[in-house]
Amino acid sequence: MSGYASITAGSQTVGPYFRIGLEYLLERTPALTLDTPGTIEITGRVLDRDGAPVPDAMLEFWSPAKSEETVVFPAGFRRVPTDGDGKFSVVVLRPTTVPLDDKRVQAPHMLVLVFARGLMRHLISRVYFSDEPANEGDPVLMSISEERRATLIAHPDQGQANLYKWNVVLQGTGETVFFAW
Amino acid sequence: MSDPSMVKLAVPGTQPEYHFPPYASSIARSPRMPLVLLPETLTEKTGPVFGHGFLRERDNDLTAQHAGDPIGERILVHGRVLDEDGRPVRGALVEVWQANASGRYQHKVDTHDAPIDPHFTGAGRTLTDEHGHYWFKTVKPGSYPWGNHYNAWRPAHIHFSLFGAGILSRLITQMYFPGDPLQPLDPIFNSIPDATARERLVSRLDMDRSEPNYMLAYAWDVVLRGTTDTPFEERHR
Repeated sequence: MSGYASITAGSQTVGPYFRIGLEYLLERTPALTLDTPGTIEITGRVLDRDGAPVPDAMLEFWSPAKSEETVVFPAGFRRVPTDGDGKFSVVVLRPTTVPLDDKRVQAPHMLVLVFARGLMRHLISRVYFSDEPANEGDPVLMSISEERRATLIAHPDQGQANLYKWNVVLQGTGETVFFAW
Repeated sequence: MSDPSMVKLAVPGTQPEYHFPPYASSIARSPRMPLVLLPETLTEKTGPVFGHGFLRERDNDLTAQHAGDPIGERILVHGRVLDEDGRPVRGALVEVWQANASGRYQHKVDTHDAPIDPHFTGAGRTLTDEHGHYWFKTVKPGSYPWGNHYNAWRPAHIHFSLFGAGILSRLITQMYFPGDPLQPLDPIFNSIPDATARERLVSRLDMDRSEPNYMLAYAWDVVLRGTTDTPFEERHR
């Protein structure tokens, strides 16, 4: 049993009522709008096996963004719940390339944590951007089959350079690629 | 890119499966494709850090957020947030939410026929101190029915959300109370296959921190995953 001293605590679902506890952070998140230079908006929906919207999901976006802002609130972090139609919309600092090792960089991306009633553990995906030339050389993206790779890529919306669309499909046709480390 | 032998996976049985049919909501919402294993990169080794200016004074006293006292059994819940090597995780943001003493959440989709307590919201947050310690003052949450199966009732629990060092240490879980007879009947509690790991989610009565004639205390430590600190190249030799 000694090995158990170091096992990590088991995950449990956020359930349907997480907004009670997790909304405060949303209220205290510094306002970021598309008027701010270097921002993009990602919108989309979270869908289940049947293509039905997941109205009680929460996404957390993370990139190791640099900013002066972070003494109180981390600039590269945003939390967003889905609405009654499973839709979400989040304004983030446009991520830049991320070093991989001495020789290579990763294409701009954000890590996305998915929480919902029905998910006993959160899922982790990545979102990339279709108009980034660096995607072609990204070791993570290129390691995934072309068909499934598409689930990780957000596309410009309404022809605007700072608006992107990206859906999260939890199961079934077009199931999003989720990662483990 | 994927190299399972180089990845530090959870100890078998200590984490729930995504697809766990006794928990009905998992059936249409859990992925069927295998997760893709990746090495940790800078994106995963880093994570959000929150400052004290983020909090308000009474955020970790759920009994003092309204004009009057909430109904229920007043309790202290405290413990430490640790990494896998037993080191304290300092400055970790801990967020909690819970039902009130009668088993009702302050939430519009909770339709359980139990009273709302106007003096209890059931939400709190704090940052761990230099020893990884956190505390919340609250009331003991009640059990409540849910629609998972006939006559299903959740054991009393407090939801915990934690940020450690690095985004991969992120954890949302539930803390339970000792001796609750509903635990063996609860698919969410039982989603963790290993009995010892399951018991890790149960707090312990802590008479040392209880205050005579005032409130009982429960102690609960949380171990978060750390980062491997292994450079990318080394993982691929």
